[in-house]
Amino acid sequence: MSTTTHTIPAPAAAPGPAPSETGLWSWITTVDHKRIGIMYGVTAFLFFLIGGLQAVLIRTQLAVPENNFLGADVYNQMFTMHALTMIFLALMPLTSAFFNYIVPLQIGARDVAFPRLNALSYWIYLFGALFLISSWFLRLAPNVGWFAYANLTEPAYSQGVNVDFYVLGLQVLGLASIIASLNFIVTILNLRAPGMRLLRMPVFTWMALVTSVLIVTAMAIFTIAVTQLLFDRFFGTMFFDPSKGGDPVLWQHLFWMFGHPEVYILIVPMLGMVSDVIPTFSRKPLFGYNVVVFSGILIAWLGWGVWSHHQFAVGLGPIAESFFAVSTMLIAIPTGVKVFNFLATMWGGSIRFTTSMLFAVGFILMFTIGGISGVMHSAAPADLQQTDTYFVVAHLHYVFFGGTVLGLWAGMYYWFPKVSGRLLDERLGQIHFWGTMVGMNLTFFPMHFLGLYGMPRRIFTFSADLGFNGMNLLATVGAYLIAISTLVLTWNLVRSWKRGQLAGPNPWGAPTLEWSIPSPPPDYNFLEIPTVRSRMPLWEEDSSKQGGIPHGRAQEGMDTITLGGTRVAEMEFPDEPSLMDPSEAHADHIHLPPPSYWPIILGFGISLLFGALIFRHVTGPLHNLWYLSFVGFVTTLVGIFGFALEPGHDH
Amino acid sequence: MDHAAAATLPDAHPDHLDTSTGVDSRKLAFWTFIGSECLLFGTLIATYMVYKGASRVPPYPHDTVVNGQAYEGILDIPLTSLSTFILLMSSVAMVLALSAVQRGDRAWGRNWLIITAALGATFLGFQVYEFNHFYHAGLKLSTNLFGATFFTLTGFHGAHVTAGVIYLLTLALLVHRGRIGPEKSITVEIAGLYWHFVDVIWIVIFPLVYLIR
Repeated sequence: MSTTTHTIPAPAAAPGPAPSETGLWSWITTVDHKRIGIMYGVTAFLFFLIGGLQAVLIRTQLAVPENNFLGADVYNQMFTMHALTMIFLALMPLTSAFFNYIVPLQIGARDVAFPRLNALSYWIYLFGALFLISSWFLRLAPNVGWFAYANLTEPAYSQGVNVDFYVLGLQVLGLASIIASLNFIVTILNLRAPGMRLLRMPVFTWMALVTSVLIVTAMAIFTIAVTQLLFDRFFGTMFFDPSKGGDPVLWQHLFWMFGHPEVYILIVPMLGMVSDVIPTFSRKPLFGYNVVVFSGILIAWLGWGVWSHHQFAVGLGPIAESFFAVSTMLIAIPTGVKVFNFLATMWGGSIRFTTSMLFAVGFILMFTIGGISGVMHSAAPADLQQTDTYFVVAHLHYVFFGGTVLGLWAGMYYWFPKVSGRLLDERLGQIHFWGTMVGMNLTFFPMHFLGLYGMPRRIFTFSADLGFNGMNLLATVGAYLIAISTLVLTWNLVRSWKRGQLAGPNPWGAPTLEWSIPSPPPDYNFLEIPTVRSRMPLWEEDSSKQGGIPHGRAQEGMDTITLGGTRVAEMEFPDEPSLMDPSEAHADHIHLPPPSYWPIILGFGISLLFGALIFRHVTGPLHNLWYLSFVGFVTTLVGIFGFALEPGHDH
Repeated sequence: MDHAAAATLPDAHPDHLDTSTGVDSRKLAFWTFIGSECLLFGTLIATYMVYKGASRVPPYPHDTVVNGQAYEGILDIPLTSLSTFILLMSSVAMVLALSAVQRGDRAWGRNWLIITAALGATFLGFQVYEFNHFYHAGLKLSTNLFGATFFTLTGFHGAHVTAGVIYLLTLALLVHRGRIGPEKSITVEIAGLYWHFVDVIWIVIFPLVYLIR
């Protein structure tokens, strides 16, 4: 093993962003993970703004009692679409944006394993998202809640196309997530730089792997559940229709078998982000790396066995309820372990409170509150009291907003300089942070009390004499404050993209590989693939941190994973395999996959195949448009062959 | 074929030897895809099992007595046993196809791929016959829970076989034209993974749907 570190500090005359192609066509045909990451990020952020607008409209409706600002029907569409937009169109794709951009850089790769598949999943996501959101603009949006409980969704009870948008849209979006996750799993397992053993990977990459495994498993179940609902609505089956023997509770099981892992899909990536942010701004290695990684795996694993705590009110019987109560309580342990690891990392560190760090600390605080109210739900008898009240709304927003969104913003301020080459403005960042923190607590904290006082969820208005008035108004004021803060962030992003302060390769003095290359990185990422010797390759030369850099307990050349003292896995890892040809040291010789237009064609075909089915339930001349579904099918077939046989691509 | 064997071939493409795990990326992706597929099929199978015997109106899958009235089961076990055997034999042909491609035998590589596809298509023919027969015996998707769960489960499997037949025929054409030689035999190997998976799933479906009452 050589004694030098091959991490490449940016040369003074860094080529910067290579003279890469610009223009619309180059973006449509791109297979570069960085560009796809940016497209994911921009698209998902726009949907985040739409989801936020929906939230503001909901809160406006609920600001005063007996309000008729939206009306009952539009309100039903609004809360359903708020959830669907935020979960499927904004937050999941935003994490996907970070996976795309950051993960290959963190493991020292030049791209993901299947660049065209990556583009494909983006285009499917985009078309699926446009399809779903179009229902909202047409005022025909799904109006049965994001969980779409049977048998309300059966054709007899939900006439019209509202639920069809749900079924077809999520069918398409689920496909995009599964394809993207297959790609990340292979990328992380297979494209690591020499020496980057599994237990040397940055925690964010680890959590991307865990999340991707959750997606390919959970999303598969949901895909079938939605297909069954599709058959109920389009082909006359009765999977969830009790009048013909079907069982609505089966839908609940299938939905939450997906729905609960989905919650972890939305939080585990952020646990990874703050695991990278906190050590950087504490100038200390992460406390208990192995424990943090294995806690993440354990959260995902246990996350598989808790789904029925969403169904305590159904009456599954004492044995099932006890099982799911206990398994839910168990999840608090690895989650708590992580929180203590974050605190221990900060303890004694020289902390810099940049906006990113503030959001990370805010994440720990708010997510802990959400976690505690979550454990409260695990007690089945108490949960009966809380079911369908604002207490649950408070809990889930502390997790999704206090956890997912704050974690995302921590990651956004942290990695934005890598993506754009420029820092986000810190002063605007502070305004954004404090506005968001105050706003979210004003909005969601009173909801705990509203819920315990008995205010039900999903009700479009309430009468004036129930004692809900003051706290609802407070929540609405908080929602507006969050909205204003988010506009500050939007302005910050737009302004800093071109005019922010230049960042340089490593503005934060961070330890991981993505900071060893110029910002923004050249098309090929790494001029020379680095060799990794520790978890914090960029801190190796720094004597002040040298004592604390863990190298992983693996033997040389062998990655041994132990659990409770027993060897559970072993992975051979030659220390310095010749991953690359010496001639590749010159940028001109680095082979990058050529652009391809097949992903967008195939993505369009698949989306049309499902999307056009919506016209089957439209009367009048538009009905015949459903034959476009066959056009979509043919396009898909042609697309698959074009994709598979395209020259210049192995896969 | 493992990567050590591939390395000894003269024009072995070194791409897949450079991965961190030593497993070709496409192969790893396919294994992960198969993992995901297990949950897709698992959900359909679970739904079938949950609704087994829950149909309120005939036709029923097996001989049944309801309220003193006997109904004849609609499933034809001997016939489907035959088609199951044919599908399993196609896996043997698939193994021989891969072996021929690996040793550079273009003609037999092509032939065995076509035979595999033909056996798969025969299985599909049986399924088309069966679906048609059931339809005329009054079993549709919308008839009862048996119809709904049976047609979605076996239909989903049939769709996989159909995709597999097209996949194999495409590969047969590529092998015939010499575009897939021993150095690219991994392409055939991956198709084999898919094909064997589709067979294995049928081995789960056949007893659960046809044999167990």
